[in-house]
Amino acid sequence: MPTPTTTPPDYPGARVPDREYRIDAGGVAIALHEWGDADAPPLMLAHGGFDFARTFDTFAPILADAGWRVVSWDHRGHGDSDHAHLYSWDADLRDAAVVFEHVAGRSAVPAIGHSKGGALLLQLVDAQPFRCASLVNIDGIPSKRPIPDVAEHERTKMLTGEVTGWLDHRRRTAGAQRKPGTIDELAKRRGRMNPRHSDDWLRYLVTVGAVESDEGWRWKLDASMRFGGFGPWRPEWALYRLAGLGVPFYGMLVEIEEEMGWGTSPEDVMPYIPEGGRLEILTGVGHFAHIEEPDEVAGRILDFLGAPA
Amino acid sequence: MTVEMLIHNRVELALHTLRPGSGRPLLLLHGLGEQSPSDVPDAVADWAGPVTALDFTGHGASTMPIGGGYTAEILMGDADAAIQHLGEATVVGRGLGAYIALLIAGARAQRVRGAVLADGPGLSGGPSVPTSQPVFSLDRVETTPDPYALAELGRDLRPPDYATAFSRLALQDSDLDQPITVVARFRPAWLRAVAGEPGVGDADSIREGIRAYLD
Repeated sequence: MPTPTTTPPDYPGARVPDREYRIDAGGVAIALHEWGDADAPPLMLAHGGFDFARTFDTFAPILADAGWRVVSWDHRGHGDSDHAHLYSWDADLRDAAVVFEHVAGRSAVPAIGHSKGGALLLQLVDAQPFRCASLVNIDGIPSKRPIPDVAEHERTKMLTGEVTGWLDHRRRTAGAQRKPGTIDELAKRRGRMNPRHSDDWLRYLVTVGAVESDEGWRWKLDASMRFGGFGPWRPEWALYRLAGLGVPFYGMLVEIEEEMGWGTSPEDVMPYIPEGGRLEILTGVGHFAHIEEPDEVAGRILDFLGAPA
Repeated sequence: MTVEMLIHNRVELALHTLRPGSGRPLLLLHGLGEQSPSDVPDAVADWAGPVTALDFTGHGASTMPIGGGYTAEILMGDADAAIQHLGEATVVGRGLGAYIALLIAGARAQRVRGAVLADGPGLSGGPSVPTSQPVFSLDRVETTPDPYALAELGRDLRPPDYATAFSRLALQDSDLDQPITVVARFRPAWLRAVAGEPGVGDADSIREGIRAYLD
């Protein structure tokens, strides 16, 4: 049995949120985390899949120190939000709308989304454009299914594997829990999905994204969730929503591809950038650019947003 | 009629045995907003083996989840739980259940010995292209069917090429010549596409449709 570790590591620049609380989203409790003055203008921050709001512990404080009330939330099943009976894109959208409503009512506020959070915000702004004053997307523009150009029968075989793998997983999830371990063990596991993160950062994430028990640390993420998947949704549909955006848009893609990213190229996106929109490539960084280079990424975003108002 | 509760992740599913017996079971999948019938429907009375029926998540005697989040793929997981319990089965689906029958026939082609796709509520589904669909919240109710199930599954995306991928999976992995039979008279785009695929039969009624799988 792993030996529980009780001393959480510090991490340079990481700051605990100033306020943390949960709100009700149709019976599912959604955890909100805020950095900065409670009376400052809100700036919404949406995390990626399998992440959680506290992964912004180094990034959000920089934005808060520039005068914003930075508000992030844990998607259902992630972080400190409830584990739900069901998970779906529509449910995540609905939860996001509840969070925006709680924070800003019917006022339009700027929003930043990373990865899945970026794609989620693209759809939220398409469905409820009154909620968003401007949109920043950090490597969260899906453009194509990451399947190589293969023959049709091979594609069918790949779908078989995805579907049966998912169903087999569903058969095992009743009562399933994340595997316990030490801080180092959980950090090492997460490092497989986040190979560019430092060991110190991964260990820090364990202390804010996992919970400790007699058996050791366990990630809070619902064990029934599974990376990847399939469905009728086409990643490139996000581009059609991008083209129709009616608010200022700033998109960032990264130079270094990673497993957790979409592998989207500027050539995929440029034809769909809305008029006046901006797209930049961040060089020398991977999918988690805001964690690798928080000052640089936050600086660019603050320049785009202008003074808090 | 007897009822067994199956587990699918955090949901308990009611599997009804409408008529016990030996041989391959027939599994009935109801339409959107419906629940399992309490008696063997006339249309499947000729079936030689046991006749069973599943209440999908949020329907009938199955668990009503909190906060919605329904997808057709989740309901495919419901059907998979029933197939796992039964061993193998021939599936007859009405409306939404027809779409789920198609999905599970492709996903578990060696366990599903024929799928019959019939008319019923929820057959169409939603759009097949991206739209600015509303984001909504619904009040909770105490009894099934779950309003979120009605709203979310009544508009889920069903692109024809996604549906045909499952009929191709069924043909690829089943040893039946026609693992899917369409008996629905109304054929939305996804079903028209499936009906035009190799290995998909056509029949005028459920009674005729299950005849091919009576062996």
